[in-house]
Amino acid sequence: MFKKIGFKLTIAVGVTALVTISVFAYFNIRSDSRSLLLEMERHANQLSEVVKSSTEYDMLLNQRDRIQETVKRLGSRSTIQRVHVMNKAGEVIYSSDTAEIGKMVDKNAESCYRCHSAGRPLEHLEMKERTRVFQMHPDSARILGIINPIYNSPSCYDADCHVHAKDQIVLGVLDVTMSLGDADKDIRHGQIEIVIFAISAILALSVIIGFFVTRWVDTPVKELLMATQHVAGGDLNYTIKEKGDDELGMLARSFNNMTQKLSDARMQLFQSDKLASLGRLAAGVAHEINNPLTGVLTYSSFLLKRTQNQPEIQEDLKVIVRETIRSREIVKSLLDFARQSVPKKSEADINEIANRALAVVENQLSLHHVKLVKEFARDVPKVTVDANQMQQVFINLMVNASDAIGPEGGTITLSSSLLSLSPIGITQIKKAQCPKRHSLMYPDVRIDGKPSIRVKAKSNGNEGYVYLDPMYGMVGHQQGISLDVHKGIQFVCPECASSLMVEHKACPDCGSPIYAFEVPSKGMVEGCTRMDCKWHSWEEVDASVHKEFVELKIRDTGCGISKEDLPKIFEPFYSTKGQKGNGLGLAVIWGIIDNHNGTIRVESHVGSGTTFTIRIPVKP
Amino acid sequence: MRSERDILVIDDEQVIDQAVAKICQNDGLSVDMADNGRVALEMLDRNRYHLIICDIMMPDLDGFEFLVQMQKQMIATPVIMATGYSTVENAVKSLYCGAIDFMPKPFTADELLSIVHRGLNYGRLMEPQHAAGGGQQRTLAYVPCPPKYYRLGYVSWVCVEQEGSVLVGMGDMFLKTVEGVKSIELVSADDEVVQGNCCAVVTASDALLHNVMCPISGRVLEVNTALATDPSIVEKDPFFQGWLYRVVPSELDYELQQLVSCSSDRA
Repeated sequence: MFKKIGFKLTIAVGVTALVTISVFAYFNIRSDSRSLLLEMERHANQLSEVVKSSTEYDMLLNQRDRIQETVKRLGSRSTIQRVHVMNKAGEVIYSSDTAEIGKMVDKNAESCYRCHSAGRPLEHLEMKERTRVFQMHPDSARILGIINPIYNSPSCYDADCHVHAKDQIVLGVLDVTMSLGDADKDIRHGQIEIVIFAISAILALSVIIGFFVTRWVDTPVKELLMATQHVAGGDLNYTIKEKGDDELGMLARSFNNMTQKLSDARMQLFQSDKLASLGRLAAGVAHEINNPLTGVLTYSSFLLKRTQNQPEIQEDLKVIVRETIRSREIVKSLLDFARQSVPKKSEADINEIANRALAVVENQLSLHHVKLVKEFARDVPKVTVDANQMQQVFINLMVNASDAIGPEGGTITLSSSLLSLSPIGITQIKKAQCPKRHSLMYPDVRIDGKPSIRVKAKSNGNEGYVYLDPMYGMVGHQQGISLDVHKGIQFVCPECASSLMVEHKACPDCGSPIYAFEVPSKGMVEGCTRMDCKWHSWEEVDASVHKEFVELKIRDTGCGISKEDLPKIFEPFYSTKGQKGNGLGLAVIWGIIDNHNGTIRVESHVGSGTTFTIRIPVKP
Repeated sequence: MRSERDILVIDDEQVIDQAVAKICQNDGLSVDMADNGRVALEMLDRNRYHLIICDIMMPDLDGFEFLVQMQKQMIATPVIMATGYSTVENAVKSLYCGAIDFMPKPFTADELLSIVHRGLNYGRLMEPQHAAGGGQQRTLAYVPCPPKYYRLGYVSWVCVEQEGSVLVGMGDMFLKTVEGVKSIELVSADDEVVQGNCCAVVTASDALLHNVMCPISGRVLEVNTALATDPSIVEKDPFFQGWLYRVVPSELDYELQQLVSCSSDRA
């Protein structure tokens, strides 16, 4: 669970949200409480001004009782904790708390400390310095205090009471303290709200991100993982169904494409292998039969020579000799099959061959209530094929299709078309030689199953072989040494050491040196010595731009082939027809198409039918 | 004391040994039999043979190893390899290794006699007393194939032409061993020929039929029609006028490796 990519992504997003929202909340709370405090300060200041002005007249009249009453009333308000006025000596003369009157205030008490800390009392204080926030006990509410000095004025020292002398500057201090309990409650409230908001925002964000990550990342990745496990387990027919149009969807499609190609390659490889072992079997059998057959043939033909004057024996012996020679031919044809004898190729129209094959099976098909649909492209070029072998292929496939359709009847669609595929990656270099006509082909090292092109490379004082990919345009090269294109790289013929480098020319893609070799009667192939550079040039093939194929499809509406059987159908001796077939049909077909440098592929869905696709190159 | 015998048959199948022996003895030839290559080498120490017929696939010492051993011991007796169709490629290789001819199994008595006839003639033609000029510069009893040609044993040759096609014909030595060509049966244009398989049948003046092994595989482009009217052309000019087929080869590079270059003959 903790190792899952979705979980990790959700956690990452959650942590990011936590950090940003926390920072935001912190500053938000700080500025909120600061402005609230300022507001309270202003309020307290106003209040103290109000107290000052409302008692000023009484002060001039020296009506102390009235002042005390005013102070007391104001102090009884709930937000105001205490109002008191001290004289210059520090004695409390008026206070909302009557018990306090007459008490001396310590110069070091928090309300006095501001002015008296500097040794000599300050006479002027800024608003900010007049306020203070303090707590009586650690667990009691915060208190805001504001001191307001009462300055001497002409009306004071001219008053009748003569209490104050003219040279005094500050006559006393009005100190108002207000409880910040309510404000603090508000602030705490706001803090809790913001924290709740932050937590719910983080949770909501994580849940939403988690949902989409699961949907867009987790599920496709899980599907991909399952697909790789299937493929690793050998099931190359597994395909990923849910494919989005994002990168993971592209990955899934590319994965499907890869398994398809892998499956095709394995099939072709498997076929070659099967046919090779069949060939070995046939060769072994032929050898074993040849010896006894030699005994029979030599003795019978010898007897035939010796009994020339006995015509009645001659007749019978001739039969023995004739039949033994026939057996010899059968053994020979068995071996020819195993060797997939060289097809007798000539130019032929694939539509015409298909028509001829149709004519052969037409009757049988109509007996089985099979409808035939022809969709032939008109201007299909001629291909070089063995017409008889091809016809045999088409007949076999149509008979198979008819068998798959069964007694209820159905449709077989035969279609031909011209196909044009890029030559890059499909043209195989089968012959290559150095300027002195030594062959560079090296069948001992195969790349993708095909003999590689071997050259000797010299670079940076090292020497070794490089095996070039024989598929034109592909870069599956293998190398025995590390090459440095900047340090005098040289490709030479392994046999005669003549140089394969192209002088005065550099790769147009990466500027590295270029090598070239000749493909007999097909011109020069040039390539880049930087092994991962894709630059290639081969006039003969590049000029053709696209390689043309004639494609023939045989589609039936039969029972289809199950996924498990699909990979096996081209195997020799594989048959679903029980005693009816010999199981060689599709294996032979595969061999024939392979001999024509063509490909055969099958697609099938159980219940809806099977399609065989044959591609034959127009120019082999 | 070395006695002189005509033929030594080497085959692990006794029935074949005996069949070959009987047929050849019936023709007045003396035949010895050996079960395997080692016994055969011992017999070669004791006796002198004009011709050896040897199977390729044998337990212990096979045909190839036998040829190598013979070369080591400097025994110049001509060897004909006998083999099943399954090993035609091996047979072609055996010619490269020094055998003079090969005979696909199973064979008839007549096929055996034809090839034995040729083999014995070959041995005779190669013997020093047949080379003119006794003792001095030794001249050959046959015309060797021209440089740039490739040959399959002494039977047939192939010459690569400019256009990628090849010419195929019979060697002078082969024709000399046949002793007089009466007629030649050829395949027709567009037919396939396969290296090591029969591509023509020569009827000799003594009525023996001789199979000509094709040196190369491919499709026949053109047949030398002049030979139908005058088969003697092949004897007069076997390497130029007397060509048999013009062939489009299918596996030229590979198959040329199996043949002997006539240029190297002269070196």
